[in-house]
Amino acid sequence: MELNDIIFYVFGAITALSALYIMLTKNILYAAFALILTFIGVAGIYVFLGAEFIAVTQVLVYVGGILILLVFGIMLTNRLSGKKVVSPAYNKLMGLIVAAGLFAILFKGILQANFSAMNWIDKGASADSSIPKFGLTLMTDYVLVFEIIGVLLLLALIGAIRIAGNVRKEDKSAV
Amino acid sequence: MVFVVYAERKISAFIQDRYGPMEVGYYGILQTVADLLKLVQKEDIVPLAADKKLFKPGPIVIFTAVFAGFAVLPLTSDFGGSAADVGIFYLLAIVSLDVVGILMAGWGSNSKYALFGAMRSVAQIISYEIPLGLTVVCVVMVSQTLNLQEIAFQQGIWWNTIDPEAHNYLFGIKALGIDITEIGGILTWNIFRAPIFFFAFIIFFIASLAESNRGPFDIPEAESELVGGFHTEYSGLRWGLVMMGEYGMMLLVSFLAVILFLGGWNTPLPNIGSVTLAEWTSGTPGTIAGHIWGAFWMLTKAFLLVGLQMWIRWTYPRLRIDQLMNLSWKYLTPAAILLVLLSAMWRLLMV
Repeated sequence: MELNDIIFYVFGAITALSALYIMLTKNILYAAFALILTFIGVAGIYVFLGAEFIAVTQVLVYVGGILILLVFGIMLTNRLSGKKVVSPAYNKLMGLIVAAGLFAILFKGILQANFSAMNWIDKGASADSSIPKFGLTLMTDYVLVFEIIGVLLLLALIGAIRIAGNVRKEDKSAV
Repeated sequence: MVFVVYAERKISAFIQDRYGPMEVGYYGILQTVADLLKLVQKEDIVPLAADKKLFKPGPIVIFTAVFAGFAVLPLTSDFGGSAADVGIFYLLAIVSLDVVGILMAGWGSNSKYALFGAMRSVAQIISYEIPLGLTVVCVVMVSQTLNLQEIAFQQGIWWNTIDPEAHNYLFGIKALGIDITEIGGILTWNIFRAPIFFFAFIIFFIASLAESNRGPFDIPEAESELVGGFHTEYSGLRWGLVMMGEYGMMLLVSFLAVILFLGGWNTPLPNIGSVTLAEWTSGTPGTIAGHIWGAFWMLTKAFLLVGLQMWIRWTYPRLRIDQLMNLSWKYLTPAAILLVLLSAMWRLLMV
């Protein structure tokens, strides 16, 4: 086994084990920190897929942004209510059935797929995956999607300000 | 690193006219060594009420996150860390992991001072990451690459060794028609290539002060109200790691500022006619002279910036939290967005 393989399996193990921990732990704060590990593990796997940019984006957006806010939220609510926030398991049977079904579908799909015959795999290996090209396609072929996401984020931002905004100030402006 | 801590002690003692760091050994040289020895010997105290699973790894996460950032920095023209294409982007991402460590430390300590310190620190770092990131975007837009080594190459006389087609014009404006690719020196630094970068550099510097929790943005560890911020409960080596993280962050943002705005490892002296000052004070990339001159300029500039950070810390009073948020969201962020637009326009002048 080469070093690359070992590192790949390490990242895989980090992802899988931390995901398992999220499921098993009752302490919601630990779960949030374990989720950070999961995302880092997934980012590592992205690197092995040759998608460095996505890996870094994953760390920047999910770990550096979203999860920090999540942990922040848990901390604040935890301290305010004065008791520990726990997340016990509900709907164990249903959850198990859904998870098993999903696993069966994915497992069968992966076994049946003939990856080496798919032309996009070869294309991905030979294509120039450099950042300039990535940026160019983003601003030409996928510009519509890009712009729509931008507008969507702006909407979310305005909505968040509206919800979180100071109520007293609104009353004043209404008068 | 040890040298920087020493410098901080010296400068702070000098400004406040204190005696300790001035008198241990010759001129106080041994003060840092004494501090370090003291830290290593100290007992590693874990408070009884602390959340041990989070308390213990906290400083390690902070330390690792900051030092992982150094991995992509080029020190000289031919020597440096990984030359990953995503360079600067990776750096911003990995440094944001620092926040996770601070949260772990603050929460794990189970003490109100530490928790408040962590919350202030994280709120501050997240807020200031935005103007910081935007000014980095300005530079990336003008240099058209995320690779830090390439950004450094563009700011000196050796650009043609990696890209024979490239040309630098005075202030980046091609219409002026003054080709300064061979002149180099301070004229090809980003701050001169696109003069609007002067403002970008100021914003970057202010934001980087806040990122590394330095004064005047050091309310997360305001001694007078919070004892020591998120690392109140730490002692011995773990506290040492936290402090190394802070100083590492200072160095990292200084290096970054140097590479992005102040020419990286390039010499500040231009070639003037037959007086080729730039070539005399920088070796060809790959040669030993290239390494030595590169490292010399890089480290000098970075340490100058670190010195500036210390100077500011020990002279300015700290900001209140609302003033701090005001500054970030109401002034720096809009200004940085405007600069992004201006740099895009500047880029059009350059081609």
